[in-house]
Amino acid sequence: MKLNKYVQGRLIQAVPLIFIVLTINFVLIHSAPGDPIHLLIGEGGASEELIEQTRAEFGLDKPLHIQYFSYIQNVLQLNLGYSLRYREDVLGLIMGRIPASFLLMGTSFVISSLIGILLGLYTGPRKDSLVDRLSVLVSILGYSLPIFFLGLILLTVFSLKLGWFPTQGMYNIRASYEGWNLVKDVLHHLFLPAMTYSAFQFALIFRVTRVKMQEVMKENYITTARAKGVIEKNVIFHHAVPNTLLPIITILGFNFSWLLAGSVLTETVFAWPGLGRLMFDAVSARDYPLLMGLFFVLSTFVIIINLLTDVVYRMVDPRVRLN
Amino acid sequence: MKSNWPIFFKNWVSVIGLGVLVLLLFIAIFGPILAPFDPENIEIGSRALPPSSEFWMGTDELGRDVFSRAVSGARVSMMVGIIAATISTFFGIVIGSLSGFFGGLLDHILMRITEVFMVIPQFFLAVVLVALFSASILNIIIAIAILTWPIIARLTRSEFLSLKSRQYVDAAFLSGASLPRIIFLEILPNALGPVIVAATLLVGRAMLTEAGLSFLGLGDPSRISLGVMLYQARPFVQFAWWAALFPGFLIFLAVLCTNLIGDGLNDVINPQLVEEK
Repeated sequence: MKLNKYVQGRLIQAVPLIFIVLTINFVLIHSAPGDPIHLLIGEGGASEELIEQTRAEFGLDKPLHIQYFSYIQNVLQLNLGYSLRYREDVLGLIMGRIPASFLLMGTSFVISSLIGILLGLYTGPRKDSLVDRLSVLVSILGYSLPIFFLGLILLTVFSLKLGWFPTQGMYNIRASYEGWNLVKDVLHHLFLPAMTYSAFQFALIFRVTRVKMQEVMKENYITTARAKGVIEKNVIFHHAVPNTLLPIITILGFNFSWLLAGSVLTETVFAWPGLGRLMFDAVSARDYPLLMGLFFVLSTFVIIINLLTDVVYRMVDPRVRLN
Repeated sequence: MKSNWPIFFKNWVSVIGLGVLVLLLFIAIFGPILAPFDPENIEIGSRALPPSSEFWMGTDELGRDVFSRAVSGARVSMMVGIIAATISTFFGIVIGSLSGFFGGLLDHILMRITEVFMVIPQFFLAVVLVALFSASILNIIIAIAILTWPIIARLTRSEFLSLKSRQYVDAAFLSGASLPRIIFLEILPNALGPVIVAATLLVGRAMLTEAGLSFLGLGDPSRISLGVMLYQARPFVQFAWWAALFPGFLIFLAVLCTNLIGDGLNDVINPQLVEEK
């Protein structure tokens, strides 16, 4: 099947991309001002012997291309280095934060996509209705408000002033809830960050869905369907909606890969223990091994998501499948 | 395209956006000179005062007047946004037009490069770049420009691809016009439509990126920007929420305006048929 070939082709394309990311990583570390040694031991004035020892250990005294190859080798063996601040290996740290991040990202992605798509489909044929105007207003706000500002506002109003929601973290560390209580606690902590996170995604997907729906409703085949006597409900669901899917999938893919970028800001405001927050901590502590390891993992993730989006796109578009 | 300009003014939302943006620019340019207080003046006695007739936006945790700081901050934030967007647009247009016009190997190579940039999570790259190379206004502007030029390049290229087979191009070629003349004086003016829209939206995006970087502590500490103000106000938000509200609101306002203007411009280049009610 043509699709299989396409998937294989894209996978093959993805590999050089990942290598390019690694190369960029390597180049950045070595072109940044300051001796890379300091990126590993810090600048606290270590003894000459320690510096020499570390240099030899990490092969920093070898020529650049040999260093490059050992870096690539290390990464392929899943050795991403050792975090200075956390005293743990980078890969382990990252893996540990994934569940928390996925919970937040997943929830907001699902919520914003569902509401965005449904509202977009609903308001498409109903231009200038009250629902339409309100939703457009909300989406403009979501698109223009800086996420961290929105988060800060929600945090201040609903947590600090009104006390409806906890101010930080994923669960109450001191209370050590179990089972159902734990779930309730986590949900309680999850609400505000998820709302903040969803705003931008909602704005984007709602807008695209709505515009596409408006375009589709003006097409000839809609008029034909109505002329044939098809009831309005079927006109919408069987004739209009399937044609809106392609841009929606593109935007869903874009939103999904944006999730990581937005996570840094959202998780920082709400002190949510995820990958974004880890990146913030790495930056604040100038923990370069962690920072570069994170950069690599997250970039690879985005590359894979883009690939998936592309494949799904091709799968859904019958014109491409039959070609 | 030129005859469509009046359409922009029919959309009153975009016009308001333009008006407010002009007002903001005016404040950003002239404000710091007219501001009532010195933005850096630390007055421990007047710490964290709510807005009043003396301090229009209140004071922050170090007793500095928020209004004066916000005005200076707006200047820096908007400057970063506009300069970054301009640099990005300039490089994007040049690369995109050459790529689209000549095609072939040049096009292929340039497109691979843009693909790499578009795949890497942009905000992260910005964070990494600024964290490694130290946070200064210049580095932030450069980082933002590096990350966003591929978008403009792609747009320009696709416009060129469709325009280069038009008849006036052949006519120009046959009448002996030099290649640079054809590219930049014949085709480019017609390709600029979507590019201008994208560039406008880019200004807003650049401002948001700068604010985001500053909020994470990667802003230029020697300059006041709206993002830096938010960063400093965050620990005290419970007691001096106005020190965070006003800068944040100004960022929002400026970005909102660029988005509305961009939308209006979009209507200019793609006039939608008005529906009969």
